[in-house]
Amino acid sequence: MLKKITVCTLFFIIFSIFIVNIEDDNKVKGFSNQIIQQGATGDDVIELQARLQYLGYYNGKIDGVFGWGTYWALRNFQYEFGLEIDGMAGQTTKQKLEKASEFDKKFVHQQIQQGKKFSHYGGVDKQKQTDSNQSNLNQGSTGNKPQQEQQPNKTAEADLQPTAVNIPQGFSQNDIQIMANAVYGEARGGEPFEGQVAVAAVILNRVESPTFPNTVSGVIFEPRAFTAVADGQIYLTPNDSAKRAVLDAINGWDPTGEAVYYFNPNTATSGWIWSRPQIKRIGKHIFCM
Amino acid sequence: MFRWIFITVLSIGIIGVSVWGYQEHQEKNAILIQAENNYQRSFHELTYNLDLLHDKIGSTLAMNSRKQLSPQLAEIWRLTSMAHNDVGQLPLILIPFNKTEEFLSQMGDFSYRVAIRDLDKEPLSEDEINTLESLYEMSGDIESELRKVQNIALKENLRWMDVQLALVNNDQQADNTIIDGFKTVEKNVEGYSEGKLNASLMGTSSKKDGFKMLGKEKISEEDAKKKMRTLLQIDNETELTIAGTGKGANLPLFSGSFKQDNKSGYIDITQQGGYPLTLMINREVSESNKSLHEAMKAAEKYLSELDFTADLAMMESNQYDNVGVFQFVPKYENVWIYPDAIQVKVALDNAEVLGFVSKDYLENYHERKIPQSGITEEEAREKVNSNLKIEEHHLAIIENDIGEEVMAYVFLGTLNRDTYKIFIDASNGDEIRVDKLKQAEIKY
Repeated sequence: MLKKITVCTLFFIIFSIFIVNIEDDNKVKGFSNQIIQQGATGDDVIELQARLQYLGYYNGKIDGVFGWGTYWALRNFQYEFGLEIDGMAGQTTKQKLEKASEFDKKFVHQQIQQGKKFSHYGGVDKQKQTDSNQSNLNQGSTGNKPQQEQQPNKTAEADLQPTAVNIPQGFSQNDIQIMANAVYGEARGGEPFEGQVAVAAVILNRVESPTFPNTVSGVIFEPRAFTAVADGQIYLTPNDSAKRAVLDAINGWDPTGEAVYYFNPNTATSGWIWSRPQIKRIGKHIFCM
Repeated sequence: MFRWIFITVLSIGIIGVSVWGYQEHQEKNAILIQAENNYQRSFHELTYNLDLLHDKIGSTLAMNSRKQLSPQLAEIWRLTSMAHNDVGQLPLILIPFNKTEEFLSQMGDFSYRVAIRDLDKEPLSEDEINTLESLYEMSGDIESELRKVQNIALKENLRWMDVQLALVNNDQQADNTIIDGFKTVEKNVEGYSEGKLNASLMGTSSKKDGFKMLGKEKISEEDAKKKMRTLLQIDNETELTIAGTGKGANLPLFSGSFKQDNKSGYIDITQQGGYPLTLMINREVSESNKSLHEAMKAAEKYLSELDFTADLAMMESNQYDNVGVFQFVPKYENVWIYPDAIQVKVALDNAEVLGFVSKDYLENYHERKIPQSGITEEEAREKVNSNLKIEEHHLAIIENDIGEEVMAYVFLGTLNRDTYKIFIDASNGDEIRVDKLKQAEIKY
């Protein structure tokens, strides 16, 4: 008897957990508590864009980056719904948005995972809003990500990475990659982070300077300008910290005091470089004008 | 028997190795020639472009019709940039050749500025004609010197690869004709730039007299150290390395850095006045629990604690992985002061400030008188391209092309899916600049 009760309770408990779980899964979870502002990236932005698109305010790509397009769409929404127009998704705005629109999380996330072109307008058949040809094409190209292909349902519930990234004005991801390559080739292994930012800053100072080429690639590949370019170390794969250093330098951090030259005092062969007015030493490099 | 086998194997080996060696040698030569050809092309193009440049400046001087003048100057501008590009492809980085490069870019600036000007309203002044004449003379000198080098190089079959080798091995660079030739060019240019050229016309003297707010008072190294510790938020136990800047620095600084297990930091403080200029804290930020908005609030709070008492307007906020980067500009009487920008970087895991730059602020800040605008906002609005849908606007002080501060109406508008920022001069309604604002880039 006792055994039976125990089994029953156990069964019940397990079952109830299950039910709770299922309920949790089915309920469309709204936004998190954050106030979403321009420049943000992530899940909440995907939802924001999808909901704004559902109502017809947002016509851009649902990419998870709160850019200008999303900003104007949100402001228009706030205007039409008589809210305070600040271009930020605060609590009231989010509530209004949740009431007015639907968000098919599963659909949106699946589309994003499969890399399809899609939209999320209200009152339009979902099948018509995704590009079926595109998906065939993509299945071939996403062959290197088998995990995503195999379990689309499971990952649909997890947090998603946005499909786009913020990039400082005037640069592309590839520019940043080239610079990160150069920075990593020139300053790695025991070089402090500020040393890496400093090398990136010198590259940017050269682009600005009248005596050097006017593009990032022109400066980096100028013959004999960087040893890492001359000996091919620029083609090593840069680490994360080199990329962060480049982003910092582009965003305005310049620990060098506007230097355009630097050298390693232990290995410098040119006498001329020693004659340049020196500014300071960071890590193993001396930076000069 | 064994001996014969041994000999055969050995000779096959030797033949194999020599064939392989020969092929390697050939390949190496092919690559060397390839590299040499690239250098030769840039060098000859450089001399050709300078030839052309000299001629064009000459004919500009003789021109009378203004209709002709503008295209001619635009052509000069194009040639200078091409010549500049050619210089960038030669292995000249370790030879002092920067005065010549500077000359090229200054000439480009000058010709550009005159070319885009309405010469009917504002013809070439006496000073500008003098400048043009000395530019003519100067380019003539450069041209003839480079021709000499080119001639010798062609006659004696000189290789740029040898120049490169000489530079690498630092062979005292004694008898390398090409290097000597370039040094002569440089000396010539140096002579000019000291005397004859009117610096203000060439646009070299714009700015660089900033950092007025710092005052004369210098702080001691001890004070600097104390200040750094509070700003970096480290206790007295952590070792802080501090150093002053050398002679080359535009602005004397104290730089401090520290290193802990999982964290390192770097800071620059001005020696005059002890203002923080740059702050960087480097640590792993692996998650984002805080919203960008919270991070912005943290950045604002941080700045107010640093005595930036002015009202701040947020110019830009961006999330890069797990950090937020913000750009603020001060706001006086609702006018945004663009030159005085401050950047702050905030970690999104605990909203801690990871970095801070106030260089622009310290360099440009001065007591400003906000001028009365000459036109109303409505009038300015009419100057904007009518296809744009204007969504937002504010008044701002910005720097124009030549680095002067002007007051402008700033309009944010959309055209199709793009967003633009349009600056209209508040005194006369001129369109100063139109920027297309960036979009997020898709991940590849």
